Amino acid sequence: MDLELLVLGDTGWGDEMLRAALVTLMVSLSAMSIGLFISIFGTLSKLSNKIYIRVLADAYTTIIRGIPELLVIYLLFFGGSNAIMGLAKLFGYYGYIEINAFIIGSVAVGAISGAYSTEVMRGAFLAIPRGQVDAAKSVGMNKFLIFKRILVPQVLRYALPGLGNVWQLTLKDTALIMVTGLVEIMRQAHVASGSTYSPFTFYITAAILYLILTTASNKVFNSAENWANKGVRRA
Amino acid sequence: MNYELMIDTFPKLLGGSYITIQLVTISLFIGFCLAIGLALLRLSNNYFLNFFAKTYVFYFRGTPLLVQIFLIYYGIAQFEVVRESLAWIFFKEAYWCGILALTLNTCAYSSEIIRGGIQSVPFGQIESARSTGMSRFLLYRRIILPIAFRQALPAYGNEMILMVKATSLVSTITIMDITGIARLVIAKTFSPVEIFIAAGLIYLTINFIITRLISYCEFKLTPYLQKSE
Repeated sequence: MDLELLVLGDTGWGDEMLRAALVTLMVSLSAMSIGLFISIFGTLSKLSNKIYIRVLADAYTTIIRGIPELLVIYLLFFGGSNAIMGLAKLFGYYGYIEINAFIIGSVAVGAISGAYSTEVMRGAFLAIPRGQVDAAKSVGMNKFLIFKRILVPQVLRYALPGLGNVWQLTLKDTALIMVTGLVEIMRQAHVASGSTYSPFTFYITAAILYLILTTASNKVFNSAENWANKGVRRA
Repeated sequence: MNYELMIDTFPKLLGGSYITIQLVTISLFIGFCLAIGLALLRLSNNYFLNFFAKTYVFYFRGTPLLVQIFLIYYGIAQFEVVRESLAWIFFKEAYWCGILALTLNTCAYSSEIIRGGIQSVPFGQIESARSTGMSRFLLYRRIILPIAFRQALPAYGNEMILMVKATSLVSTITIMDITGIARLVIAKTFSPVEIFIAAGLIYLTINFIITRLISYCEFKLTPYLQKSE
């Protein structure tokens, strides 16, 4: 293995790999945010009284969790630009439109992550004893105050371990965005190994970068869990 | 939406599901056998065995499967020693590289599931088995493993579904599974949406069958939970 390939600067690929790791982190963060945003609506729909809203939310989580991530990404990558171009035709624009790979990647992985987050959040919501909401109502809290003081702090506590898992999944799913051409860790490793004929060197570097990202974020989630559980009495 | 095209490509995609199912069953079977061993290493008191199992699981759970597949298929070829050895017969075939990567990956996840199952066996049961004079092997065969499997079955069902989805990644190393054939047809017809939806339907069906089978097994394995007539 030739480690000179990995030095920083013009002669090596080290700085390119690090920059790609940053892109991976950014895509994962925006995908996770999109997923969390979706999961708020997903959870509320799954707990809704109206059956068609529940069915819609169930269909979303079942389909996304039942088909391969790669297919979801392909579908949104090709389907997304087709849809935008179709929309543009209505306004009289007939050229080719390519959506930014970063945006498409975040949306695709976000849609996947959203399905998993929805299930986690729903479980956390149902874990809160109903008596607490009744008690809050009886002291005259309005809906917003109940949400803010009773539900959110506890949902956070119950959901954090599950969300930590979803984050790890999301981080690893971003490797698939390489098929859209976005230069994240996998794409960079692919390009670098193509031009240097040292695939092992670069893919093992990619693996180490992912390990660093997953281990570091694991630490963050652990301390977040400790913070959210500081009011819980432990035996 | 071109429904005619969807119906036309359906048989082609179904042909690919043969490879998908093959990949899933082979890697799940070998992976599961290895995972039992790995789980026992993880639970052993020997520091080195324990450390090996921990590192293995850490690596395979901390990196994306795509990296693992590329590392085996493209990466191994970097070493001339391998290319000139007998092992090259194995590593030059995308199919075997795909199976190897999937097997090693599912082995790591399954071993954690099995470990959780083994650790959930109540200690009193192990103690009473010992008090009747069961040997270590008999204890595992009659008490620990059956209870652990029952406990681990729902989580293992999830792992099976994850594996079905994971096989779609081997299409990136030229294996013609469902996704691989879908991409091939798209390259000819330029209508990605219809064909990816058709492929998605096949994956959904496979996963639906697996969830049904798993819940049937769960039902059969927990007779004490069913209401007596």
